[in-house]
Amino acid sequence: MKPEDFSFLAQMVRRRSGLVLPIHKAPLIEGRLTTVMRRFGFRSINALIHELRHGRDTLARAVTEAMTTNESSFFRDRPSFDKFREVLLPQLLNERAQSKRLRIWSAACAAGQEPYSIAMILDDLKLPAKGWSIDLIATDLSSEMIARAEEGLYSHYEVQRGLAIRRLVANFTQEGGNWRIHENLRRMVSFRQFNLLDSFGWLDDLDVVFCRNVLLYFDQKTKSQVLEKIAETLQPDGILMLGHTETPDAAANTFSPVSHAPNLYMHAGGAQQRLAAG
Amino acid sequence: MKHCLVVDDSRVIRKVACRILEDLHFKTGEAEDGVSALAACRAKMPELILLDWNMPNMKGIEFLKTLRKERGGDRPVVVFCTTENDVAHISEALDAGANEYIMKPFDRSIIEAKLAEVGLS
Repeated sequence: MKPEDFSFLAQMVRRRSGLVLPIHKAPLIEGRLTTVMRRFGFRSINALIHELRHGRDTLARAVTEAMTTNESSFFRDRPSFDKFREVLLPQLLNERAQSKRLRIWSAACAAGQEPYSIAMILDDLKLPAKGWSIDLIATDLSSEMIARAEEGLYSHYEVQRGLAIRRLVANFTQEGGNWRIHENLRRMVSFRQFNLLDSFGWLDDLDVVFCRNVLLYFDQKTKSQVLEKIAETLQPDGILMLGHTETPDAAANTFSPVSHAPNLYMHAGGAQQRLAAG
Repeated sequence: MKHCLVVDDSRVIRKVACRILEDLHFKTGEAEDGVSALAACRAKMPELILLDWNMPNMKGIEFLKTLRKERGGDRPVVVFCTTENDVAHISEALDAGANEYIMKPFDRSIIEAKLAEVGLS
C-alpha cells in the first residue's frame, strides 16, 4: 500500500471510529483489507482505496469494521470477573435491593463472550428468577460481530478458552462440533451495533460499564471523550471496568480507582464512599 | 516442579503435550495405555494427569475409576484429553472423577486455559 493511501485510510478510520491505525501494523491492516476487497469483488487493494476515496459509505463502513480487533474469550482476565462476582456484585445487589434493577453495559462485546460471561454470573445467582430486572446491554462497532454474538454459537476452540467443562455442559448445547449458549442466557442480553463516537443518549442509569480492551486503540482525545460520556451514563455510584492494561488517565479528574480492585473505577468522590463501604 | 503424566497411545500426541507442559514448567512422564499409567502412578503419584480415552489394554475411563480407588489416587488432577467430544462422554468422565476435559484438537492456549481452571497455571 502506498504511504498516501495508508494515510488516507488511517484518517478515514479514525474519523469514523476513533481507532488509530499505526503504520507498523500495515501488514495486518492489509490482510484485513484483503478480506473486504474479496467480499466486495475488487481486484486489488488499490482499486478498493480508489473507490473509498469516492466516498462509498457501505464500503467505508465495512473497511472500518474490518479494522476492529475481535479477540476475546469467556471470562477473559479472570481476576476481573472474580472481583465482579465476589465484591462488586454483592455490594450492588445490597444497594439495589429496593429497586431490584441492574443495568450493565458491555461496550465492546466482540462475539459476545463478555456479556454472556456476565449473564452466566447473574444466572448463577438466579437473579431473574428472584424477580430482578436485568438490563444487560452489549454493543460493538462491528455488525458482523453483533450478528455472531446474537447467534450465540461458538467453536470447540472458543469454548475451551475460559469456560470450565462443568459450566460448558451446564450452559451450552452441543451442535455438531460447535456449542450454542442456552436460550435463557441469550435472552438476557440485548445486542446492538454501536459506535462509541456516537451519542450515548440512549444509555442512562448504568450500574456497571465493561469497557475493556478498546480504549487502547483510541488516541488520548477520543479516549477522554468516550470516558466522559461513560461517566454521564453511570449512576453516581456506578462502576467502570477497564482492561487490565488500561487506566482512565485521559479522564483522570472524572474517575478514581476503587480500592484493592484493579481495573475498577468510579466517579471521583464516589470511589472514596465505596472504599469506606467496602 | 510439578509432575504431569501424559497418557495417550499416540506417540506424537504425547510428544506435543509434553513439550507444551514442559514449556509451562511441568516435569513430564509418558504412558501409552491405562495399565502402564497405573504402574507409573503406583511408583510415583503425579500432580497432574493428561488422559486420553481410547487406548489399548485399559481405556482412560477405566484407568480413572481404578486410580481414584488407589491410595493417594484422589490427589492427582485428571484432565481428559480426547476426541470423544460429546456430552455423554464428558458427563461420564466427570462422574468418574475427572477434574477437567480437553476436546481434541488442542493447542497450548487450551492447555493453559484448562490448567488455569484447575488451579495449576
